[in-house]
Amino acid sequence: MKSNALTIIKKEFARFFGDRQLLFTTVIMPGLLIYIIYSLMGNGMEKMMTEGQDEMVTLRVENLPESLAPMVEEMPSTTLLQQPVTQEEIDNLEDKNLNEVVVRFPEEFDEMVETYSPQTGVAAPNVEIYYNSANNASSRVYTMLDAQLSAYEDQMSNRFDINRIDGEDEEKSYDMASQDDVLGSILSKLIPMLILMMLFSGVMAIAPSSIAGEKERGTIATLLVTPMRRNELALGKVVSLSGIALLSGLSSFLGIVLSLPKMIPVDAAGVELGLNYTGADYTVLLLTILATVLIMASVVSLLSALAKDVKNAGTMITPFMLVVMFCGLMPMFQSHVPENLAAYLVPFYNSIQVMTATFAHEMTWAPVIVTLCSNVVYSGVAVWGLTKMFGSEKVMFSR
Amino acid sequence: MEEILRVEGLSKTFTLSKKQQKIERTESKRKVAVDNLTFSAYRGEIFGLLGPNGAGKTTTLRMLSTLIRPDSGDAVLDGCSVAGQPEEVRARIGFLTSELKLEDFFTPNYLFDFFSQLHHVDETTCKERKQRMFERFGIDKFAEVKVANLSTGMKQKLSLVISLVHNPEIVIFDEPTNGLDVLTARTVTDYLKELRSEGKTIILSTHIFSLVERLCDRVGVIIDGRMVACGTLQEVCDGMNIEDRFFELYKEVKGSEE
Repeated sequence: MKSNALTIIKKEFARFFGDRQLLFTTVIMPGLLIYIIYSLMGNGMEKMMTEGQDEMVTLRVENLPESLAPMVEEMPSTTLLQQPVTQEEIDNLEDKNLNEVVVRFPEEFDEMVETYSPQTGVAAPNVEIYYNSANNASSRVYTMLDAQLSAYEDQMSNRFDINRIDGEDEEKSYDMASQDDVLGSILSKLIPMLILMMLFSGVMAIAPSSIAGEKERGTIATLLVTPMRRNELALGKVVSLSGIALLSGLSSFLGIVLSLPKMIPVDAAGVELGLNYTGADYTVLLLTILATVLIMASVVSLLSALAKDVKNAGTMITPFMLVVMFCGLMPMFQSHVPENLAAYLVPFYNSIQVMTATFAHEMTWAPVIVTLCSNVVYSGVAVWGLTKMFGSEKVMFSR
Repeated sequence: MEEILRVEGLSKTFTLSKKQQKIERTESKRKVAVDNLTFSAYRGEIFGLLGPNGAGKTTTLRMLSTLIRPDSGDAVLDGCSVAGQPEEVRARIGFLTSELKLEDFFTPNYLFDFFSQLHHVDETTCKERKQRMFERFGIDKFAEVKVANLSTGMKQKLSLVISLVHNPEIVIFDEPTNGLDVLTARTVTDYLKELRSEGKTIILSTHIFSLVERLCDRVGVIIDGRMVACGTLQEVCDGMNIEDRFFELYKEVKGSEE
């Protein structure tokens, strides 16, 4: 029994690893593409955020009030020109290559602010800031000015602060979540879905061709006239497909992990990117991925065996793929993993929940055990179904 | 004579789809492909199943090779029942039909080893047998060429070789020369004679009278799933040539149906 299944596994691997094109498109390309695309996206986003940071901007200010002078004078990467502003200078800002911002304060701005009362119904003093949003440097200085002026305006009527951090207390944090929890929360919403998608695409790349394709080409019948038992063929097929899908998934996973530091801006998330997971966490992840890919390969093989040809297999697998993808999206719409153990009997949903819990540092053993055991049982049932199909003349030889 | 194959009351009925009903021009949803077939084959002989297209020859051979299950009856090949011991039966037979294909991606060398492993042939025997068979059929020069790049004739010779990797006692060939060029067809028929001289039993199906006359020791005439005559060529032909005798039998069956 074992040796025949092993012979089938070896043959499937020989087929896969011997086909350089298939190997490249299934294992090397997904990881490589993900790494390149995500890195380019990350670099692009970083460039967008940092572009114009060091470029000098001419800041033309009319009627700069005394109260705001220090703030404006200290604005980084700007050359301050205090002078009356002409309409021509404002019109010149239409040129998006001009690194300039024009600010017009009303005359006697400080006095006007001092004496202003909303109850009088008179319009408040208006500060005009002209800039060009298509010019990153101009836009950056506008954003800084707007923020500074808004802070100044708030300060005028300040009665209380929220989460103030004083100069000597810069280390203080009001968000009590640990850095691990913050990172875990981000990863738990993103990575399980990506893992599921990668594994599925790996299975899809080979299973229909390996089973429906063999039916279509008439090569499965040649196997069926050998003394090998049908369950050996089914087991050999499922195990080899799982192994290849795992490789494909691993390649994609590596692509994600390597490009992640470029995708998540460390400062923006407020955390250092350090994967602080224990050996038990990694073991659970690995076992869950194994059990998931096993059941995925079994079900896709089952559907492929039912299909008349590869094209038909693709059509039959699509609804199943949508269900799996839907399960993958679940963590995005939930704050906690389910506590009821019965929920972990639902295939794919259970894997997603266990992976989510592991990434979020919420993993407990009972759901993990229920998930692993149930997935292995379901895979066994699917392999049994596949065995029946290999033995069914209607399924194997129908046209 | 040692009986190596005993077929007893073998029957098979297929359910027709609407499309198949249209093709068959029948309103019946069921088609009796093989009807209570009984015959024997003996060690060291070539037994031919002769019949027109759709007579049930291929269905019979597929049941003997355990690809499909009989609805009733049984066949015992070399002491093993197709209904009860399909794996043992498959280990004792070599089955070849044009429906069985080899994977284009692999080379003859790889495929011979692969199928030998599935038949549990030990490495030394496999190596020795491969060399002998490849040389016999001229495959040795193409041993490392992918099947996809072989000529049609070479592919068919390779299929024949692959079906015999385990040196089976019983060889079942469905239309062995169908679609073959004259040279390959001759190679195949010569090899079948060689196998017979080695004491192997060959069961083949055909609708070619000349093939039956040249090759078969005994023949079974099958029409509409029923065995209408079975025996040595002399017994079946009864002094006539096989073609005339076949049409006489055919008229008898069809006439009695009308």
